[in-house]
Amino acid sequence: MAIIEMKNLWKEYGDQVVLERLNATVNEGEFITIVGASGCGKTTFLKLLLGTEQATRGELLLDGHPLPAEPDESRGIVFQRYSVLSHLTALENVMLGGELHGNRWLGITFGKQRKQLRKAALEMLDSVGLGQAADKYPHELSGGMQQRLALAQALIKRPRILLLDEPFGALDPGIRADMHKLVLSLWKEQNLTVFMITHDITEGFYLGTRLWVFDKPRLDAQAPGAYGAKVTYDLPVGDCENGTLKRINQTVGRTSRVLNDTL
Amino acid sequence: MKKLINRRPGKPASWALGLLPFLLLIVAYMLASDARLTENPNDKLLPALDSFVQAIDRMAFEPSKRSGEYLLWEDTLASLQRLGIGVAISALIAVVVGIGNGTIPLIRSTFSPLVTGLSLVPPMAILPVLFIIFGLGELAKVMLIIIGITPFMIRDLQQRAMEIPAEQIIKMQTLGANTWQIITRLVWPQLMPRLISAVRLSLGPAWLFLIAAEAIAATEGLGYRIFLVRRYLSMDVILPYVVWITLLAFAIDFLLSRYSQWRYPWFHQKSH
Repeated sequence: MAIIEMKNLWKEYGDQVVLERLNATVNEGEFITIVGASGCGKTTFLKLLLGTEQATRGELLLDGHPLPAEPDESRGIVFQRYSVLSHLTALENVMLGGELHGNRWLGITFGKQRKQLRKAALEMLDSVGLGQAADKYPHELSGGMQQRLALAQALIKRPRILLLDEPFGALDPGIRADMHKLVLSLWKEQNLTVFMITHDITEGFYLGTRLWVFDKPRLDAQAPGAYGAKVTYDLPVGDCENGTLKRINQTVGRTSRVLNDTL
Repeated sequence: MKKLINRRPGKPASWALGLLPFLLLIVAYMLASDARLTENPNDKLLPALDSFVQAIDRMAFEPSKRSGEYLLWEDTLASLQRLGIGVAISALIAVVVGIGNGTIPLIRSTFSPLVTGLSLVPPMAILPVLFIIFGLGELAKVMLIIIGITPFMIRDLQQRAMEIPAEQIIKMQTLGANTWQIITRLVWPQLMPRLISAVRLSLGPAWLFLIAAEAIAATEGLGYRIFLVRRYLSMDVILPYVVWITLLAFAIDFLLSRYSQWRYPWFHQKSH
């Protein structure tokens, strides 16, 4: 069943075209990895999905209805940094979603309800490997642990869609591999629909089910904003021929050089 | 031999170096005082240390001959009460308006220019207006403190509220928070340690306004006493009062800082 549909989607800022003519259908349970040069509208696309930016033309549908124009519970997100609340312990961060739902006025729960939330949160922390760190504040956790906490915090709400904005960009390579395993197992377990932005094309090639490359097929070096980025490759992960990675690397690299020389 | 810029004192040396200027000041004072007193034993400008002891004893530990009160404690209580009420009310207003302005764009557009305008009015210039409106009672003195420090505190807290990463505000929304919950669970708790530091910064001006108001219209208070005994050139009372006010200011600042570190460890130990 289609969870996200894009119909001729455009995003422009004045005469700068960021995204043009995006058409795609995404089914429930797909894991889409988005790669592309910086400045190619990957983050803008994520903001459209999140609801903090609106498309200038076209339609973006969630479950067949226009996507809400502000962030809400249907879409969870993990940013590269600042994803968790610094003034709450790990446990409180994971309980927060339930508490906000349980008490619309104060956002704090008491008694039996609190106990249940606490239990569920501890289980969630265990499943991301943070069971021992429940009472620690985010500043006492390493970068990788903070991102695992952010995942736990987002996933306990069981969002329809999980958005990941370069979640592992600031992590060491070894930690990154662990995080990949964790994300894949959580994705399978919860049957999530995931959109993940990454800088690392090889990461995109084996993580998930579908790879999108955002690139500018028409690129004027004198006016890089005149034409927008499109999805130039839409590949199922796992069964693509050998040369593809190299070809994508070349075209993305070329765009990246043009954009960064002129911007 | 290391370059001067790379030479650091150890802990004991650091303490000794820190105390040195104080000791030098006291020694310089004693020498100057001695010199003046040998010339004229009735000199009032630089009294000897034992006159300070007598004056402190008289002000703090003997009941006043006129009213039977212990003047130093009476003055301290009156001043701290005014300072406390003034700063507390200012902090409350600042938190409410600062959160409103810093969090909700519609409120910010409405009130931010007003706050900026008000913060530019010199408070001492409207002191007569306050005395005319509120009389010469406690209210006028407390109002001067409030008017003096509130606009600055509002602007500070508004800025701090706007510095909360947009990621966290978006995160709250994806966890299902409404506007009020974003304030109660994110903005309010994150602003508390920042409120304490705003209070610490504004205590200096608050003392200034307090003493100014007391100097003009009061019947007790630390500022009142200093300006009263000025008529008799009583340096032996004025200087201990000044030191006492300094100590009070230091103690309040120290306690606030310790409280903040104990209560908000996440704010003070940010590593990333």
